[in-house]
Amino acid sequence: MNEQLNTNKKYYERFDAYSRFLHILVITSFISLALTGMIIKFSGIGIFQTISKMMGGYAVTGFIHRVAAVVTFIYFFLHIGYLFRKKKKKGISYTSFLIGENSLVPNKNDFKELIATMKWFVGKGPRPQYGRWTYWEKFDYWAVFWGVAVIGSSGLILWFPEFFTNLGLPGTFINIATIIHSDEALLAVGFIFTYHFFNTHFRPDKFPMDTVIFTGKVSLEELKEDRPREYEMIMQDPELQKKLGGPPPVFLSRAARIFGFTALITGIILILLIIYSMIFLYQ
Amino acid sequence: MRKITSVLFLTAIFFTSAFAQSKDDQVCLDCHSDKTLTTTRNGKQVSLFINGKSFAGSIHEEISCTGCHSDVDPSNLPHPEKLNKVNCATCHETPVAHYERSLHAEALKKGLTLAPTCVSCHSKHEILSSKNLNSKTYVMNIPSLCGQCHKEGTQVSTLVNPDERKVLSDYSESIHGEGLFKRGLIVTAVCTSCHTSHDILPHTNSVSTINRNNITTTCTQCHRQIEQVHIKVIRGALWEKQPHKIPVCIDCHAPHKVRKVFYDDSFPDDKCMKCHGQKELTKIVDGKPVSLYVNYDQFKNSAHTNNSCIKCHTNISNSKKPVCLNSGKVDCSICHTAQVDDYNISLHGQKHYQGDKTAPYCVDCHTSHNAQSKKSTTSPTFARNVPELCGKCHREGKNIATALDESKLGIVANYRESIHGKGLLQSGLLVTATCVNCHSSHRELPKKDPRSTVNPNNIATTCAQCHLGVYEEFKSSIHSPDVTKTDQKLPVCNDCHRSHEINRVDLNDFRTQIINQCGKCHEKVSETYFDTFHGKVSKLGSIRAARCYDCHGAHNILPASNPKSKLSHNNIIETCQTCHPNSNRKFVGYLTHATHHNRDKYPYLYYTFWAMVFLLVGTFSFFGIHTIMWFTKSLKEKKRHKIEKKKVIENAQTIEEDYERHD
Repeated sequence: MNEQLNTNKKYYERFDAYSRFLHILVITSFISLALTGMIIKFSGIGIFQTISKMMGGYAVTGFIHRVAAVVTFIYFFLHIGYLFRKKKKKGISYTSFLIGENSLVPNKNDFKELIATMKWFVGKGPRPQYGRWTYWEKFDYWAVFWGVAVIGSSGLILWFPEFFTNLGLPGTFINIATIIHSDEALLAVGFIFTYHFFNTHFRPDKFPMDTVIFTGKVSLEELKEDRPREYEMIMQDPELQKKLGGPPPVFLSRAARIFGFTALITGIILILLIIYSMIFLYQ
Repeated sequence: MRKITSVLFLTAIFFTSAFAQSKDDQVCLDCHSDKTLTTTRNGKQVSLFINGKSFAGSIHEEISCTGCHSDVDPSNLPHPEKLNKVNCATCHETPVAHYERSLHAEALKKGLTLAPTCVSCHSKHEILSSKNLNSKTYVMNIPSLCGQCHKEGTQVSTLVNPDERKVLSDYSESIHGEGLFKRGLIVTAVCTSCHTSHDILPHTNSVSTINRNNITTTCTQCHRQIEQVHIKVIRGALWEKQPHKIPVCIDCHAPHKVRKVFYDDSFPDDKCMKCHGQKELTKIVDGKPVSLYVNYDQFKNSAHTNNSCIKCHTNISNSKKPVCLNSGKVDCSICHTAQVDDYNISLHGQKHYQGDKTAPYCVDCHTSHNAQSKKSTTSPTFARNVPELCGKCHREGKNIATALDESKLGIVANYRESIHGKGLLQSGLLVTATCVNCHSSHRELPKKDPRSTVNPNNIATTCAQCHLGVYEEFKSSIHSPDVTKTDQKLPVCNDCHRSHEINRVDLNDFRTQIINQCGKCHEKVSETYFDTFHGKVSKLGSIRAARCYDCHGAHNILPASNPKSKLSHNNIIETCQTCHPNSNRKFVGYLTHATHHNRDKYPYLYYTFWAMVFLLVGTFSFFGIHTIMWFTKSLKEKKRHKIEKKKVIENAQTIEEDYERHD
């Protein structure tokens, strides 16, 4: 219904198809890892034993966990490759690539915006003129880098303990890797399924969800309201205006909503299970 | 008057002679009362001391030393060092002649130095009359005198037939022994009463008092007119005259064990079968007709085929009409003494004698006239049939099982599914344990009873009947009471393997169960086990994941400090390699029972954990506040937005304009 009413509106493509595809890989692998990881973290709790049985036993969940881990490493490196290609296409230096308006590298302005946001929260200032990337989005982005490095490396130790100890790693490090892997994952899962969900989808002006990561398109109205600085940038750059167009196709919007809601609901269920386990049963 | 004179005369002679003799003896004792007087014989030092006092009290006092040592001339002393052996036959001609042909003398001639000579029983210088209460040969002392050699555990007992080894204890329990020891009847038979004192011959010797042909004469020395007592069996016949047809005493009254009585075949079976061969023969018990029919063909195929009816139904009497009237229950202990003794101890027996009708008696398991050997495949006591036999009562709905204890439900069903049951019933392994192998056939007792074969203190030995190798390993393991001295309960076989449900150890059930079993006592290590990978996947149903015994061993569990332990420094890599083929020295450093809650034991884990907690709490707190503030602010904004909806429409217009302007 909404889509038809807005047919005359202009839409801007914030995410290209490649990035959207990578995010779908992130979502599916992340949820798989979270679920199968929680099964073993909370193995003493009945509901996780039941889920494990329903999925075909610990061997199956373990296999899924490892496949999803491989997918994680894949999208991680695909994204690094994407960055290099993008830099090459733009034909700019590494420095300007890293400090430019499109860069996700945190800078002074992010810190200013963080302060300004706080002021806005308490009613002592206007809503900051957010640009292409807000500071919380940059945090999310780097959290993935940090997570993949920490959870990924500790996970590899747990996957190939004999190999790593053969290289000289003390056996106790397997125990330490277990703690780090498990708690860092708890942090990642807890963060994504609460703060990321709220920041991106559940905050009142986006509720119930923002489909831009799946359709790639955002209406200019919304963009102007939400990210005035990016809006201005588009208006001033004819190169970027090439990305303006009509609304996303109906089937894509619909698919985006179905997939998005599934992911959101799964995430919420998982976070509720974690809270339940942590509060009532876990020691 | 003449009488008195002669008495005086005789007394005078007696005293003079006595004086003269004791004077001779005094000469001997001049030397032999010296306690240090010794000589060397066959390389050994032998005392030549003689206690003058005890000799003076002996029966030989009158005959003086030279009465026996006739080769000593008191007027020509000292006598030669080596004297001739005293010949008792000089006076005691017949006893010595008897001794010379006796079993004892024969043995001595063969060189068996254990065999007694005169002095072994009568002693040397302190010989007392057999009527003297202090004499070794006094009737009350005879059993212990003979028993010095003829009792269990002596060297002699190893030389005689197995059934003669326990003669002393058998005798003590017999009616004769009881008469002597308990009732002090000195007319009761002792060893010498039947075997004679000196003429002791084997029963195979035709002149022996205990020869089958002579035994009746021997027994009737005391048991006169015994025929009168035995009239119902022998029907007045004189059995001495027909020893080949009629039993002699010992056929029924086992020698030494004399007590139980069973009669022989003088009452032919066809007499019984005249009545009991009729199918309609019944009697009324408690108002109900009970069949008295006996299937004689079946009986003839039973294990008792060679026995006649009266062997078991002993209580028949010619004075009754019919002869078997009120003869009562058969006493199986006539022959099966050991089994019945066991049964009397067993719970079955106890209950039976308390009048519990549900408690089984001999015939309930063995049947009466159809009793068969346990080796016969159709016998209810044949190994394969035992579970069903016991299951007749020990099964749901069959009074006993449920009445006693609810935990005993499903015994038979569980047994059938157990490794023993499957071995027996599916694979047909007759060496498999059935009910009776663990509970014993006749002496089954509840496990609380310390005499029970399934009592925790005895169960390992019970299982060791078959599983000896395992038992030996277990005996030296940390769980053995020989190794660990503790007040706490140590596990025994059935604590881990269970009893009737005993299962294959490589199957899921056992591997799933065992953690709980070990955890019953090892609570803390079991908790930490579940904190680590092996425990976690086990909880998710992994069968392969290492269980307690995969690392610690099963029956051979030893502390890691013991070099033989599977967890010792030298063995641990190999132990881990059973699952982790590339296990190495560093790999085995993995803490399989680690917990991050113990700072002193595992500081690295402890601090890592708290660092992670700090990171999590920090991150969540910051974004928590951030989100709450944002949420409240956004709600306010949204309200404002509704009011200023118009502004959105205006916005749309400006966008158009902006777009056109930049275009």
